Amino acid sequence: MIDYLFTEEQQMIRDLCRQITDERIRPVAAELDRTGKFPRDVMKVMAQSDLFGIYIEEKYGGMGGGITEICIATEEFSRGCGGIAISYGASALGTYPIILFGNEEQKQKYLPLLARGEKLAAFGLTEPSAGSDASAMLTTAEKKGDKYILNGMKHFVTGGGEADLYIIIAMTDKSKGARGASLFIVEKGTPGFEFGKKEDKLGIRASSTTELIFNDCAIPQENLLAKEGMGFIAAMKTFDMSRPGIGAQAVGIAQGALDCAVKYARERKQFGKSISTFQGIQWMLADMATQIEAARALVYASAREIDAGKKDVGKDSAMAKLFASDVAMKVTTDAVQIFGGYGYMKEYPVEKFMRDAKITQIYEGTNQIQRNIIGLALIRETLK
Amino acid sequence: MGISVDKNKCTGCGLCALTCPFYAISMVNGKAEIDLEKCTLCNACVEACRKFQAIQIIRETTKTPDIEKYKGVWVFGEQRNGNVQPVVYELLGKARELADKLQVDVSCVLLGSNVKDKAQEIIRRGADVVFVTDNPKLEHFLDESYARILTNLIRKHRPEILLVPATVTGRSVISRVAVQLRVGLTADCTELDIDLKERLFLQTRPAFGGNIMATILSKYHRPQLATVRHKVFPERAADPSRTGKIIEMDFDKSFFISRTRVLNVVEEMASTVNISEANVIVAGGRALGSAENFRILRELADVLGGTIGATRAVVDSGWVPYAHQVGQTGKTVCPNIYFACGISGQIQHLVGMQSSKIIVAVNKDPSAPIFQVANYGIVGDLFEVVPLLTKKFREVLKRA
Amino acid sequence: MNVVVCIKQVPDTAQVRIDPVTKNLVREGVQAVINPYDFYAIEEGLRLVEKHGGKVTVISMGPPQAEAALREAISLGCDEAVLLSDRAFAGSDTLATSYTLAAAIKKIKDFDVIICGKQAIDGDTAQVGPGIAAHLDIPQITYVRKIEGSEGNALVAQRTLEEGYEVVKAPLPCLITVVKEINKPRIPSLKGKMKAKKAEIIKWGAAHLDAESGRMGIAGSPTEVWKIYSPPPRAKGQIFEGNIEEAVDAVVEGLKDHLN
Repeated sequence: MIDYLFTEEQQMIRDLCRQITDERIRPVAAELDRTGKFPRDVMKVMAQSDLFGIYIEEKYGGMGGGITEICIATEEFSRGCGGIAISYGASALGTYPIILFGNEEQKQKYLPLLARGEKLAAFGLTEPSAGSDASAMLTTAEKKGDKYILNGMKHFVTGGGEADLYIIIAMTDKSKGARGASLFIVEKGTPGFEFGKKEDKLGIRASSTTELIFNDCAIPQENLLAKEGMGFIAAMKTFDMSRPGIGAQAVGIAQGALDCAVKYARERKQFGKSISTFQGIQWMLADMATQIEAARALVYASAREIDAGKKDVGKDSAMAKLFASDVAMKVTTDAVQIFGGYGYMKEYPVEKFMRDAKITQIYEGTNQIQRNIIGLALIRETLK
Repeated sequence: MGISVDKNKCTGCGLCALTCPFYAISMVNGKAEIDLEKCTLCNACVEACRKFQAIQIIRETTKTPDIEKYKGVWVFGEQRNGNVQPVVYELLGKARELADKLQVDVSCVLLGSNVKDKAQEIIRRGADVVFVTDNPKLEHFLDESYARILTNLIRKHRPEILLVPATVTGRSVISRVAVQLRVGLTADCTELDIDLKERLFLQTRPAFGGNIMATILSKYHRPQLATVRHKVFPERAADPSRTGKIIEMDFDKSFFISRTRVLNVVEEMASTVNISEANVIVAGGRALGSAENFRILRELADVLGGTIGATRAVVDSGWVPYAHQVGQTGKTVCPNIYFACGISGQIQHLVGMQSSKIIVAVNKDPSAPIFQVANYGIVGDLFEVVPLLTKKFREVLKRA
Repeated sequence: MNVVVCIKQVPDTAQVRIDPVTKNLVREGVQAVINPYDFYAIEEGLRLVEKHGGKVTVISMGPPQAEAALREAISLGCDEAVLLSDRAFAGSDTLATSYTLAAAIKKIKDFDVIICGKQAIDGDTAQVGPGIAAHLDIPQITYVRKIEGSEGNALVAQRTLEEGYEVVKAPLPCLITVVKEINKPRIPSLKGKMKAKKAEIIKWGAAHLDAESGRMGIAGSPTEVWKIYSPPPRAKGQIFEGNIEEAVDAVVEGLKDHLN
């Protein structure tokens, strides 16, 4: 339904991503879900198809798009596998701080590699004791000569172990609390930087989630992104822009589940007829489809708003993420219900959608945090 | 030349417009009008209008000179390593039937190295004449020399029909022969008959992946060439009392020149069993879950003297080699019995196996489309059903 | 090394059927796609050229809409595309088709290898590839599953047999037809798709070819379709639900006489 708003190029991206989903993602989704293996081959195909460049400026070797393009790709991939989709999306999340806050040198050094998909990026924020309360982080970066020395750990890092570049937030001045945090680019292989345990997850199992451990890890001062003390603000700005991507993931997962449910409802016969002829089933499907379409509209509206350069996008992107992820959870649960007993079995694809959907309500700010963001913004607006 | 609508005969029923696969027909003032830019002369409308005969395609084509002098039914006696392929005996059976209708002889062309002694068996299987060229240069199949010799024999002896196995070898060589003779060739026929009145060879074959059957004619050209699939016609039993002529043909050196050279022939373990020749195929889909689980299908296949088949998804996952893939982009098979285990029955698979004589489907999901083509369907877990089938068949076969 | 890849736009056969009531071909919603085997041919052509340099020219005979198939081939990386489209080609059977394609390839002139998919899924004849080779009088290797060597002035390839394969050497120029096993076709790139949108497609009709009109189209086609019909429906089968033991017994009983 949203298609009419897409440019010709965006439609091309959608078609290409749909083809990759059909030909390369769906055939491996169940297997990777079972083994938890990272989709290296699929990432390679995405790279060869120029899809890591669709949100990077042309002068850095990209195609010049933005958040809308990320959403289109993520939605399409998610229809096949939410885990593979987020493996793609996580690199975008790690790339965006460089796009937004990198200086010319940093952009020239990293963006062409990222645009070609030769390197993947990831974002490390969460710590065991600093989840929703990011300001409670313990990781430190101490300036020593022309280097910063990192100590501490991050966990739940999507893309951990697989990505080549990590955007890490660490305290450069503990006394200043949130205003004492800074962002750094840390390359895989830097001495003192190691990967800890790999998480065994409920869903999005094809994506890698690991701990990052920093032990007197020295990085050159050129790898400081933005200014010292800007880290927390920069991270929040990044999330303001990345949330539609999670919304798009949620929409894709929901759509994938609905597609399965409609097909199954047509094939499945009970009481001598296809269950799709029962009004009870039709109404469920109708509600699912309507909710997805509403979520999609919200997601792309907020994506376009960001791409258009609007300043305060936090509230709208939080709405998109919040609504789309709640829809995904509801729709995938209903899809399992339509499949009945088969839906509960791993032999059928639909339970995976439900497991994959859950994370969209949790990561990049839980939906409770999203409501905080929306609520605060509403109050602030009335104060203006 | 071309296509035309007889406006007097056209009733404006619109059936042709509905039928045209290329959207070339529209109804103008209650009559069919054909957009010649779109029409491909596929004949679908002519067929649709059979009742009123308002649409006509006029052909002006060349004609084989002395067409009435072409007599006899021939079979290409494909051999591998000096062994005549079983499909040849299937073709001889059909050739005999056609020849008897036409009241002509059946001849077989046997090309190879050290193959002379096989000619007698071919006669026992129904041939009246066997043309043999036995030459060490024909040890390996080579398109060019085989095609050259076959073309020469046809020009000399003028058969009206030539049947060729629809094998890798048969299809390759006969396509070249057809071009050299400038005659028609119909691939993969599954039904063959004679229109005695017109003395025409009716060649019927599946098209569009088996969803449609098409009967093809070659009215003005001889011989009429057709390739025929394995296992479509029964093998003709040997009759030791049959006699016939064996004619050895020698050719001068130039006939054996080939630009291609066979460097090596490799028989492969993975595909030693030729699934197009198998009487029983036990096929599995993704529901098997892993390569190891194909063991249970292999056990059933072993008990029944069959081989295993697989869906595209299974082959793409690397569980089973490509040689076992059945369906679109895989092989088309028609065994006596086809077991589809944990195969939902997507159309891409069905096109490869729906002409099997008996289909047994095992699937958990009672609404799986495979049950619609199955002669026997068992709704259940293949991990329970298949081993039980193996056990019961073993018992039955032991008793027999 | 210059490669010519022949492709065909076919209806997605999975969607083609005959209406059980009207007995007509149902065309609604049937999409035109590149013949699946031709993707392997394109991929192999691209790989040869990536290895040796040169260009891949893709050629197709068909209605004007077949241009879409050629654009897709360009999006995958083919350099040039030729569409053979003319009223005079209508009604071609495999003999006329291979003659016409051969005439066009002669016009392209500069080629070392011609690659075709092993067959098209609408007709399943596997005749056009060898037919082109015969018309051009060049050697062929059909059913190729691997190119072992492409150095010097020859091609060494594994040709699939029913029970294994043989290694065949052919001097250039030659024609090969390829099977699915040969490679995994690539997915187009976004840049490729953009290039394809703008690419110029060379269009040739009968007048552009040095060919006899009597050998093209319906005039050059010895075969004709006499009639088409639905395959007879399969007899309704017995479906067993419930007790598996009983079901298996019944099936074994039913099949017992068909074993041998």
